[in-house]
Amino acid sequence: MRFIFKTDYDQDIRILKHSGYWWSYGILLAVMIATPYVLGSYMQSQLVFVFIYAIVGVALMILTGFTGQASLGHAAFLAIGAYTAGFMQSLGVPFIVYFPLAAVLTGIVGALVGFPALRLHGIYLVIATIAFAFIVEEVLARWESVTHGNEGMRVRTLDLFDIPIARDSDAFYFLCLLVLVGVTLLALNLLRSPTGRAFIAIRDSETAGKSMGIDLATYKVKSFAISAAITGMAGVLFAHKMTFISPEMFTLLLSIEFIMVIIIGGAFGVHGAIFGAIFIVMVDPFLTALKDDVPVLVSSIASSLGMAKETAADLRDDLSRIGSAAGLKGAIYGLIIMMFILFEPYGLYGRWLKVKLFFQLFPLYKRATFKRQKTYVKSERNR
Amino acid sequence: MSFFTVDGISLQFGGLKAVDDVSFSVSKGEIFTIIGPNGAGKTSIFNLISRLYNPTSGRLSFEDSDITEVPPHQIAKLGIARTFQNIELFENASMLANLLVGRHCHATTALWQDMLFMPSVRRAEKAHRRKVEEVIEFLDLQAYRDKIIAGLPYGVRKVIEVARALCSEPKLILLDEPSSGLNVEETDDMSFWIRDIRSELGITVLMVEHDMSLVNRVSDRVLALNYGKVLASGTPSEVQAHPDVIAAYLGA
Repeated sequence: MRFIFKTDYDQDIRILKHSGYWWSYGILLAVMIATPYVLGSYMQSQLVFVFIYAIVGVALMILTGFTGQASLGHAAFLAIGAYTAGFMQSLGVPFIVYFPLAAVLTGIVGALVGFPALRLHGIYLVIATIAFAFIVEEVLARWESVTHGNEGMRVRTLDLFDIPIARDSDAFYFLCLLVLVGVTLLALNLLRSPTGRAFIAIRDSETAGKSMGIDLATYKVKSFAISAAITGMAGVLFAHKMTFISPEMFTLLLSIEFIMVIIIGGAFGVHGAIFGAIFIVMVDPFLTALKDDVPVLVSSIASSLGMAKETAADLRDDLSRIGSAAGLKGAIYGLIIMMFILFEPYGLYGRWLKVKLFFQLFPLYKRATFKRQKTYVKSERNR
Repeated sequence: MSFFTVDGISLQFGGLKAVDDVSFSVSKGEIFTIIGPNGAGKTSIFNLISRLYNPTSGRLSFEDSDITEVPPHQIAKLGIARTFQNIELFENASMLANLLVGRHCHATTALWQDMLFMPSVRRAEKAHRRKVEEVIEFLDLQAYRDKIIAGLPYGVRKVIEVARALCSEPKLILLDEPSSGLNVEETDDMSFWIRDIRSELGITVLMVEHDMSLVNRVSDRVLALNYGKVLASGTPSEVQAHPDVIAAYLGA
């Protein structure tokens, strides 16, 4: 166990709090940089999706995790970013201009969506954001002169200073990594400054926040705007990764996936967004394996244990039928969310902290350390 | 005009008059206590002063300016801080973060500066931290800096809430039942702190309190309320001897 003797206020302000952080994050960064030269193109492409989901995760973490304003409209913000990229590119605007422009535009839309949040709480806000997402989806389908409607829109290869960056190139991987690192640093900076503390104050007690001098309206709108702007940036990268965008890619299901990212990751720290993104993206290969590999594996084990050839083949067919059933993905997602909310409300990052603490305190770890207490003193009367 | 004045203030919830034409004034450097049975309208008066409620009629003035129309989030900046009867701390944050939120009304940095954590933000953060450390020292909270509020005992939270209010460097502090839920020892500590807040920090104290021994020990003047109306005001002994107050508490 490490005991830190603090002699300076800077030690509490720093992002990398002590030498251990430098080591672990340095190694992580080195691994991420080495990855494209080691892993195959499939894994690399999956990692790019992890980065994009993680960027949206960080955005949603700021809004939902820290400010406590739930949103099921982030697919719409992603769509606005993606379509801005597609449209601007078709006009010949360079990437270096339309990337920030997409962020600004999405941020403005986010601020506008934030205004109803001043009066809506909890489930009502969720409903309002869903309504917003449907409006955007509909607009994308109808505004054909810009979006080409339901036909969808082709997005050309990203062009940075006349250097083409293909969707599956190493350069694209590094671009996404760079944006993720930048966005993460931005979020961490916010958290250690007055703005981030005001967000947390709004999440935990609006009444007390107001009395401490926090203007709820301003800060809620700020939180929405920042979250939307970051999602817009992810949208640009998403458009270039997919090379083709159409309204049916940005549905409610995608917003739910984003919410899953932070629930599964753990909605109380920026780490959670990244853990959650890894989980969500890696569920897909797992589902594919469930469909293709597991039935073969099970039947071969069964036959090696002495099962008749025909019965083993039947077993394989049955299993692959179950594995490729329609709606299995949604069902598994639902099951996973329920499991997390019931058994690990702090998400993967919470679990990671528990494992870490177990080893730090080795023989002395108590299970009750993380037991949640019920509190009855909260009053909501002064809303 | 005096330091803080409440002038004929009323608050009506439908047919119920929670506060009915209450007037009093607090002079600088005073410890002023409001007492009264449950439901007398004490906390309502606090909520009116911190502008969480809008008065039906009447005026509030603080340091020669009218604050009846000031939005709630600007009250702290004017120099009025408060605590809550049911403890409204930011449960899932550390004590240090809670106290730093108390400094929010002195925050000067813009959003973009915060996002990039510019040197000016760092300087401001350190200045805030120094101020917070003074308050931690004052209230003996050194042991809890990095502790999450949700895991702390009730008595400590009560003190942290006072600390958070002090962090905003107020001129007037509103304490809503500072001793509720505290044991005898903790109440003693609280009474010393309340006197120190006045004598060492020079902050005027306006409090709501039920514990009459604490009221007698610290208050300069007392106002007794019942059903939203003023029953009596004066020194603690005068008010306690007043027949209407005795009737309100004991029933006659």
